[in-house]
Amino acid sequence: MAAHTDAALSTGFHFLTAAASKQAGRTDAILVAMVLLCGAVAFVLLVLVVFFAVRYRRGNQVDRTPPRELRGIEIAWTIAPLLVFFGIFGWAARDFVTMADPPADALPVTVVAKQWMWKLQHRNGRREINELHVPRGEPVMLTMTSEDVIHSFFIPAFRIKQDVLPGRYTRLWFTATQLGDFPLFCSEYCGSEHSQMIGRVVVMTPADYGRWLASGPAEPSTAQYGFALFRQLGCSGCHDARSTVHAPLLDGIYGRATHLLDGRTVVADANYLRDSILVPGKDVVAGFEPVMPSYAGQVSEEDIQALVSYLQSTSKRDSP
Amino acid sequence: MISSYLDDGLTIRSWLTTTDHKRIAILYAIAITAFFFVGGAAATIIRLELATPQGDLVSHDAYNKLFTAHGVIMVWLFLIPSIPSVLGNFLLPLMIGAKDLAFPRLNLASWYLYVAGGLVTLEALFLGGVDTGWTFYTPYSTMFSNTYVVLTLTGVFITGFSSILTGLNFIVTIHTLRAKAMGWFKLPLFAWGMYATSLILMLATPVLAITVLLVIAERLFQIGIFDPAFGGDPLLFQHLFWFYSHPAVYVMILPAMGVVSEIIPCFARRPIFGYRSMAYAIMTIASVGFLVWGHHMFVSGQSLTASMVFSLLSFIVAIPSAIKVFNWTATLYKGSIRFDAPMLYALGFVGLFTIGGLTGLFLASLALDVHLTDTYFVVAHFHYIMVGGAVMAYFAGLHFWWPKVTGRLYPEVWSRIAAVIVFIGFNLTFFPQFLLGIEGMPRRYHSYPPQFQVLNLFSSAGAGVLAIGYLMPLVYLAWSIRHGARAGDNPWAAKGLEWQTRSPPPTDNFDTPPTVPDTVYDYAADEPDPTPEAAR
Repeated sequence: MAAHTDAALSTGFHFLTAAASKQAGRTDAILVAMVLLCGAVAFVLLVLVVFFAVRYRRGNQVDRTPPRELRGIEIAWTIAPLLVFFGIFGWAARDFVTMADPPADALPVTVVAKQWMWKLQHRNGRREINELHVPRGEPVMLTMTSEDVIHSFFIPAFRIKQDVLPGRYTRLWFTATQLGDFPLFCSEYCGSEHSQMIGRVVVMTPADYGRWLASGPAEPSTAQYGFALFRQLGCSGCHDARSTVHAPLLDGIYGRATHLLDGRTVVADANYLRDSILVPGKDVVAGFEPVMPSYAGQVSEEDIQALVSYLQSTSKRDSP
Repeated sequence: MISSYLDDGLTIRSWLTTTDHKRIAILYAIAITAFFFVGGAAATIIRLELATPQGDLVSHDAYNKLFTAHGVIMVWLFLIPSIPSVLGNFLLPLMIGAKDLAFPRLNLASWYLYVAGGLVTLEALFLGGVDTGWTFYTPYSTMFSNTYVVLTLTGVFITGFSSILTGLNFIVTIHTLRAKAMGWFKLPLFAWGMYATSLILMLATPVLAITVLLVIAERLFQIGIFDPAFGGDPLLFQHLFWFYSHPAVYVMILPAMGVVSEIIPCFARRPIFGYRSMAYAIMTIASVGFLVWGHHMFVSGQSLTASMVFSLLSFIVAIPSAIKVFNWTATLYKGSIRFDAPMLYALGFVGLFTIGGLTGLFLASLALDVHLTDTYFVVAHFHYIMVGGAVMAYFAGLHFWWPKVTGRLYPEVWSRIAAVIVFIGFNLTFFPQFLLGIEGMPRRYHSYPPQFQVLNLFSSAGAGVLAIGYLMPLVYLAWSIRHGARAGDNPWAAKGLEWQTRSPPPTDNFDTPPTVPDTVYDYAADEPDPTPEAAR
């Protein structure tokens, strides 16, 4: 691995690794507030316990007239923390909602985790292992799945993590604000070499990132590869306007509300498309017969991500 | 003449077939102590390994088996049974003026189930161990681990029945065997703690048992329950597991709160502040505690709405805990305070539990939890609750009731020194782990990047101090059984019913029926100073 130059990787003690994403600053604000608030509460309690312990120690001559029952103070120390807690809850929940809501223009990167490595692929097809190159200042969204057990994608400097599950997609987005190398950890225990499932995130200037992205071996973009698969696997044989088989047309399907045979309506997101490829009988579109065979076992996680990426591209004007 | 329950049968057989709740408590104490030191040995090797960033002491597979063994043993074979099965068994009938538990033979059966489950678990560990972590997350545990998952889970399954039956026994005992004059609001808070814990054991443990069977079924027969490769859902396991395992945390801490609520009034010579709100707080924690399991899963992929609800409820469940801390502190006000070993442990509990509780609020805060979860911050947090809380209280209770159980006093100076060493060693071990977590060190790492070493060294050094603190009571308490001074019936001049009988108590607990005082915790600071010396 390349020599680490970032301050966060030098030996020694830091209260916090440097905040390197937009979210990191917001998370640190909550953290600092909590440290101050809880520290103050703990300090006051400590002072009280020590003061009482010294003043009312056995043998010390002080007034010990039993105090009256104080219902008021009991109510006060029940209500006051509750109000403070509601405040903290709201603050942290608001940021959490932001973290769950990626901007529409975020750069897509697909991630496949397996024991014990991270495989990543950029939109133009460039692949990486245990490294993620991203441009500074632009939102990046990872669509992640696992080939085996549960892993978790954790970038401490960005203050974000998300479990990576087999059998479905989870996503994680961030906007890096600092140039440099930042550690990437697997933070969900995944077996023997869990502690070796580490890597780094390299944040570059957009110009450098553009050069880096273009410098890789020439490969089809994920959407182009997905389109090739779409024909090769025979998807287009049915899901095509000219097909004689009665199957839903898939152009622009991504992100659209879809009515199902059983009356439900779902938004056709990456997880829906993934399930439709592997478990076609699960969410049958209204007005169609459940005739599609499952492709489970015939396509790799990377293939599925490419197919989804292709379908996604048919929903966008500017791609692929 | 038979002078106490200890003399009522001197053969091994008389102990192994006893139905006396006090003798069964001793049987539990012996087994639990053994498991505590096995689990502690695993922790020792873990801390030695983590003294250096390289994984150079044991292999990564051995390390993974060690932290799994540590977790499984400490949670199921030590923490969950510790206070209920040892102190609860011994004290509950005495505290409510009963001759025994409602079902004495069931009580003995519970012990045998516990030991059987414990031995099956130990067998799995000695055959080669298990490497899933005590959480057994799927599909790793069902389809990927090549270790003794099924055998270990079988041990956990069997032990669970011991929990369920003990809970049942305690609930029926509290409902039916209270002395005539003992209404619900004259129950000592220890009994309230036992009652709440027993409810949780009865309602939550069956869910664990079912979950364990499902894991075994998927592992043995590839039935698609949790592994998506067979059409299962890995998050289903987490929901089921935490539905048991989060309330299980309250199984550990509610009895601890009960113990501390007995000790602080006695050594401060003040009635507990806000007795009723303390009892209500215990029951509130036990019920709301069933509704917060999803706070373990904020980054798992569960829905945004679920995370919001679980976060809010987690803040709400902290309120009754906060009330308890305030009430313990207020009990000291205008008291007449002595600092014997039980009180030192109890005050240590209050401090460490407060830190454990406050850091829980960090983890309940959604956006902050995203950074902190699955790091050493979580490890530090739950050790402050489980070790700083439950284990400190167990030691507090052990020292408080030791004269009642054995009729002997232990060396006071040594016991105070040990309490202080445990407190210092604990903080030195676990406080640096908060900082490690904030810096981003993930849990369950056999090797780690070098920037984390300084704090890990502090933690490992602290573990050494803590080990000394835990070994000292083993030595002086054992010594005191034969050589300690006679304790007298009530060396602390305590007010609970258990102190009205002899030390050690007779087989039937009371020679004459105990008198139930008009108010519970009837202490007064201006009483003539009742020192242990005076009681001797």
